[in-house]
Amino acid sequence: MNAIDKIQPQSSVPALQAVNEFVVKFANVNGSGSASANQLFAKAILRMGVPVTPRNIFPSNIQGLPTWYEMRVSEAGHMGARDGTDLIVAMNPQTWDEDIASIVPGGYLFYDSTKPMPPSKFRDDINVIGVPLTAITNAAYTLSRERQLFKNIIYVGVLAALLEMDVKAIEGLLADQFKGRDKLIAANHQALRLGYDYALANLQCPIGLRFRPSDQVGDRIFLEGNAASALGALYGGATVCAWYPITPSSSLAEAFIRYCNRYRVDPETKKKRFGIVQAEDELSSIGMVIGAGWNGARAFTATSGPGISLMQEFIGLAYFAEIPAVIFDVQRAGPSTGMPTRNQQCDLLSCAYASHGDTKHVLLFPEDPAECFDFGADAMDLADRLQTPIFVLLDLDIGMNERLCRPLTWDDSRKLDRGKVMTAEDLVAGKVFGRYLDVDGDGIPYRTYPGTHPSKGAYFTRGTSRDEYARYTEDGAAYQRNMDRLLKKFETAKTLVPAPISTKAAAPTKFAAIYYGSTAPAMLEAAEILAGRGIHLDLMRVRGFPFAAEVGAFVEAHDKVFVVEQNRDAQMRTLLINEEEINPKRLGKVLHYDGSPITARHIAETIAGQIG
Amino acid sequence: MTYMTKPKMHHPDLKTNALGFTRRDYEGPVSTLCAGCGHDSISAAIIRACYQLNLQPHRIAKLSGIGCSSKTPSYFLGASHGFNSVHGRMPSVLTGANIANKDLIYLGVSGDGDSASIGLGQFAHAIRRGVNMTYIVENNGVYGLTKGQFSATADKGAKNRRGVPNMDEPIDMISMALQLGATYVGRSFSGDKDQLVPLIEGALMHKGAAFIDCISPCVAFNNHDGSTKSFDYVREHNEAVNRMDVILGREPITAEYAPGQMEMVRQHDGTYLKLKKIATDYDPTDRVAVMNYLQEHKARGEIVTGLLYVDSDADDLHGYLDSVDAPFNSLSDADLVPGAGALAKLNASLR
Repeated sequence: MNAIDKIQPQSSVPALQAVNEFVVKFANVNGSGSASANQLFAKAILRMGVPVTPRNIFPSNIQGLPTWYEMRVSEAGHMGARDGTDLIVAMNPQTWDEDIASIVPGGYLFYDSTKPMPPSKFRDDINVIGVPLTAITNAAYTLSRERQLFKNIIYVGVLAALLEMDVKAIEGLLADQFKGRDKLIAANHQALRLGYDYALANLQCPIGLRFRPSDQVGDRIFLEGNAASALGALYGGATVCAWYPITPSSSLAEAFIRYCNRYRVDPETKKKRFGIVQAEDELSSIGMVIGAGWNGARAFTATSGPGISLMQEFIGLAYFAEIPAVIFDVQRAGPSTGMPTRNQQCDLLSCAYASHGDTKHVLLFPEDPAECFDFGADAMDLADRLQTPIFVLLDLDIGMNERLCRPLTWDDSRKLDRGKVMTAEDLVAGKVFGRYLDVDGDGIPYRTYPGTHPSKGAYFTRGTSRDEYARYTEDGAAYQRNMDRLLKKFETAKTLVPAPISTKAAAPTKFAAIYYGSTAPAMLEAAEILAGRGIHLDLMRVRGFPFAAEVGAFVEAHDKVFVVEQNRDAQMRTLLINEEEINPKRLGKVLHYDGSPITARHIAETIAGQIG
Repeated sequence: MTYMTKPKMHHPDLKTNALGFTRRDYEGPVSTLCAGCGHDSISAAIIRACYQLNLQPHRIAKLSGIGCSSKTPSYFLGASHGFNSVHGRMPSVLTGANIANKDLIYLGVSGDGDSASIGLGQFAHAIRRGVNMTYIVENNGVYGLTKGQFSATADKGAKNRRGVPNMDEPIDMISMALQLGATYVGRSFSGDKDQLVPLIEGALMHKGAAFIDCISPCVAFNNHDGSTKSFDYVREHNEAVNRMDVILGREPITAEYAPGQMEMVRQHDGTYLKLKKIATDYDPTDRVAVMNYLQEHKARGEIVTGLLYVDSDADDLHGYLDSVDAPFNSLSDADLVPGAGALAKLNASLR
């Protein structure tokens, strides 16, 4: 069907009507400058007090290929991904067909009608809004760069009118963004008004989807998990960062550079209290982290699955030599290029048991940027406390998308926990130093920093083959004692990792679900959906590995526990079976691994199907 | 093999250095390498260099990879912290350690198997970053711990013990180090202590990436006729361009040589490298000329040794990082944590 200006186009089914509860998706061309316009749109919604959760869906390309920005608007606070699009802003002819197909019946299509589209390219059950964006833009601007950028702002203006947004909020945001550059502010305001006024004059405004000011955002902030992790590392006292670029983790290291330059430059000398090295590869980046950790500085790297694979040997060394290290793994799908710009939680096993020999590692699972910050700082303390590598497992969904979360907090009375470090004073006072001696019964030995004392406390660091005093030995009994102590240390870790959070269902139930990380918002929404159908679930969000005692007890207390995760092989479930010796039959699998973020509907339908 | 301590008793008249340490204070446990191994001579040279430089043993950090040479840090500087890391990756561990604490002296010990194959990348990048370190490759052309396979520095045509020749081109780590920007480059021979000790001394006092390629014959697997890394072969083909003494800043400098035969190079810390020229036209401060000289003499089958290149004004990684004077591992919470106030402001900017 053709879209005709000034007339509200009609779908064959009733047009969707919703206030503050819908999904808007922008289909753009990579590198066209759309990202900042889309972000502007999202922030304007937040300024109206309406929660919104955007997600970038992008290919492994820099310019010219499709990219999408999907926004879930939800006054009710649902932040998980949702299937179907209520309004598509179709700015990319390459993906037209799939974009049109993604619209729910009764939904809306907004497109650039400068070039006529054949009627076969539309659907009867959607509402079409055509605006000659290119024509409007080209009439107003002559420079090609201006045309490209302002076209994006013009469509934001049109949308503001169509969705009854507060155009003043957008103008305020533009003024903040270009503070001090008045010409730019004026030009952006002009472009915004061009679209806004065109829509009011030529289109039926508003459409069935509308915004209404709300108070559901509160004091929450809007931040990417990668940036929050970097801030956490900074607050956790990290001074050394060695990294190698890999999507979706690069922006974590880049954020660390940015924040360090803001917070860690000596005000008088202008010299830096941080050392950041872009390494030649992941073998080197983890090596530098381990060297720095051995020498008493807090250090981390940021990587993704392939980087974890490359780091395996070094991770084993750090485990056996008991060296603090923090590894942020921003998980992604599959090897190679392509799917890696999509989301998965697929590195649990390769991290939990990383390296050769008997190894087990500590993992943390943040659910959102606020927890990325908390766990980023906690990981630094845990690494020193436990003298071992600590993995913070984010994923692309929380790492590279801005997410609404509680404000970041820091207790100024908090002291960085440097763990068991013997000082020159301790050594002089006659304290017995055995690098691998379990003095306190918790499996954690004391260490000295290199250079501590002229004649006491030096030791030679190597993988295994040493006794309690770090003397070389190939004695089997000494090896076994060391391995058993490392296991004891792992037991201690159970009491130190962030505790799981459990929620009781509204009614007594034999069913439960375990979930973690970025699955959290979809899981909570799914539990609501299921409760509406009379299926009640007790919930436990696991936040750390090794599992705290509560985790096993939680499973024991239910007949069936669904383990919800975003990978093919049910990796968390495997960890539960392996470490807690739980009967696999009691653990249901709820899996999602097509690279898109898991949805509440998928979880609810899978669980309902399994309960029967 | 288990750990064997050496008795600490020593002759009461054993000489002490300016810090009151004897040479024995720089030793470690008994070496477990083969009797006559060139690597043990290098360990002895390191001990002597540290003793003569009056270094505090605990202010040195010794790091290595995997292999015979990488085992040696156990056998010297027993009062220093040491780190036996993974194969070919000592450079990254050393780099990280160096970033964490700029105040220690970093000694990286590696071999040709460790640094010229799996470690080639890490070697290259640590050198090009200008990490302040002394990086010694104990170069014997074979893998000793796995019993005599050729390494990547074995010369083309060199024969193994069964007479089978190596047909791959050798990697010349000296040329690579020069090309990658090392600011102190020397080659020596484990059998020439008089040349090796001052080369190590100069490297330890050098600010920047110092690299020493030390040919160190493997008595078990590469000391036969047909080898180009045997004691005999190296002695016959060794062409030293200079002899060096390291003079600590406070010592008087006396000229013993005629002009043109002697050159004094002042290092960053005030020590002087006193170079007695053997090849009179050799200028160790001209990187391009040095590279040409080495290529020409290599083509003649000569093994050029001595202090091959030095840039006494070099900066190091910390200079490039523009780091504060205090070591990172000594910074307090107040230096590191911006606090709740800064976070509240940041929160406000994220709404």
